[in-house]
Amino acid sequence: MNKPQLSQKRPSWQLMLTLLMFGFMYLPILVLAFYSFNESRYSAGWGGFSLRWYKSLFNDSRILAALQDSLTVAIGAVAVSAVLGTLMAVGLARYEFFGKGLYRGVSYLPLIIPDIAIAVATLVFLASFAIPLSLWTVIAAHIVFCLAYIALVVSTRLAGLNPHLEEAALDLGANPRQAFVQVLMPELMPAVISGCLLAFVLSMDDFLISSFTAGGGTNTLPMEIFSRVRTGVKPDINALSVVLILASGTIAFIAEYIRFRSSQRRLNQ
Amino acid sequence: MSQTVIQDPSAAIDIKVDVELRNVFKVFNGDTAVRGIDISICQGEFFSILGPSGCGKTTTLRLIAGFEEPTGGEILIRGKSVAHVPPYLRPVNTVFQSYALFNHMTVLDNIAFGLRIKRLGKAEIQQRVSEALRLVKMESFARRFPSQLSGGQQQRVALARALVNRPAVVLLDEPLGALDLKLRKEMQVELSNLHQTLGVTFIMVTHDQEEALSLSDRIAVMHEGRIEQIGTPSDIYENPQTPFVADFIGDTNLFQGYVEASDPAALQITTDKGLKMVVQPQETWNGATSQPVVVSVRPEKIQVSLNELDNQPNCYSGRLKHVMYLGTHVHYLVELSSGDCLTVLQPNRAESLPALHTPIHVYWSATDCLALTA
Repeated sequence: MNKPQLSQKRPSWQLMLTLLMFGFMYLPILVLAFYSFNESRYSAGWGGFSLRWYKSLFNDSRILAALQDSLTVAIGAVAVSAVLGTLMAVGLARYEFFGKGLYRGVSYLPLIIPDIAIAVATLVFLASFAIPLSLWTVIAAHIVFCLAYIALVVSTRLAGLNPHLEEAALDLGANPRQAFVQVLMPELMPAVISGCLLAFVLSMDDFLISSFTAGGGTNTLPMEIFSRVRTGVKPDINALSVVLILASGTIAFIAEYIRFRSSQRRLNQ
Repeated sequence: MSQTVIQDPSAAIDIKVDVELRNVFKVFNGDTAVRGIDISICQGEFFSILGPSGCGKTTTLRLIAGFEEPTGGEILIRGKSVAHVPPYLRPVNTVFQSYALFNHMTVLDNIAFGLRIKRLGKAEIQQRVSEALRLVKMESFARRFPSQLSGGQQQRVALARALVNRPAVVLLDEPLGALDLKLRKEMQVELSNLHQTLGVTFIMVTHDQEEALSLSDRIAVMHEGRIEQIGTPSDIYENPQTPFVADFIGDTNLFQGYVEASDPAALQITTDKGLKMVVQPQETWNGATSQPVVVSVRPEKIQVSLNELDNQPNCYSGRLKHVMYLGTHVHYLVELSSGDCLTVLQPNRAESLPALHTPIHVYWSATDCLALTA
């Protein structure tokens, strides 16, 4: 800052490094988006602008079926995890009991255990109990990590909350259920929603755990994509990737917006 | 002492007791926070629990509110035992130190919360909430969220949220602790006015002795889980019963010593540093000769003189070690020839102040000091 003329002439190395990093991260995605509008079947040449691949995507019954499976898994796993994860975070924050530290550690373990370990362990577990693989086993396996993410986000919010809020509600005549529903839940809602959206995106994105625990006939979107790219990337996969990126971007934006709105109301407007 | 007799509920039948604690204990994981306290608080009284941090005063308040269950003893509210009565069924409301306002609700909804839980009619809720808002002078802030209010305004909302329920007892946990000095003084006056207009029993926990002295009808001084003394502010200040109370309430000079000779009119005391003192015993005095005692002398009760005085008990020579000019008063630090250091507070009489290291004489009468059994 003390040499403004110099920095105007020549961009600083920090700026160049940043641009290089962003290029490395997002150039492949831009290239992919560019080719998804390519009329030509082959990535080598530009055959003119077209929405042909998007049209074929939405007429592809296998893709649509895979999308339906993915959504079923994600919504099911997130719905169960939202309830359990919130209760777990509140319970861990409020009660003192023997083995609480161990409980907390074990609950958040799925965040650091490699996906492949969870996938293999779940498969072995299901096999040893002779539980047939199906869509339900995928949902159960996804609950494992969705639960940890939602509980983590909610407990972070709880840690920043005034510990006397619930007591204040009890003091004013609310029974513990009313205090939880009318006072604690509204304060936790932004965290619950953003935790859910995060878990939803992660569930939609998961390939490893799904492919290990899915039974015959179950095929999530990442599994479908993977099976197709093994025989070479086709332009309709480019189009699908663009749709997926836009969808997750939108969800991330909504999650962030909810968080921003709630903190905005907390602070002075 | 006559005042305490009138306020003593067992002596006067016409005064109703709102809150009574009987030999209450509270143990947390092996740490005893409250060690057997007995308090009777009368209806309409402004009662303060005063003590240093960690003395168990907040725990006592939480026991009355019902957030904690006593390990031993009994708590009665309006004559009924509240053992195992959850907080939401007790006729008390708390003003939390951190206010604990509901951030997702407007000021109006915060205040109406308790009434809505009780399912009162819309018209009554509206009428009582606007009354409460008027009481704390927050009418124009009803639609705001707590985050849009200053600390003092949040404090008023917390007060209104408690008062609107018309509880038998209002519990105040360090209510003014988070406010700056000027605002705290203003709120002290308002708190006192509110108490007088409403006639509700207030129980306040504070570590600020000035706040307790200026607001309360009676004060309980707590120390390490026990009650050291209960009395009116002047009682506590003028007749402390223990060295802790004498030291904690206001400034004082303490001398460790023992009783050399005692008769009903005067105690002859020799301090550990060898000073001979004459102290008029308190009415409650029951110590014997050679009893170890602590003599307490308030700084404002000590006179200073440049000349030696004859026939004056408790007159000692020393040197002026430090002078602090406080405007209305002058604060002296006097080092006695025995080695004791005394703080003296004298009104500023616009004379020229004596220079440092001036030989000086300090004295006080036998009635201006207290002998406390250590």
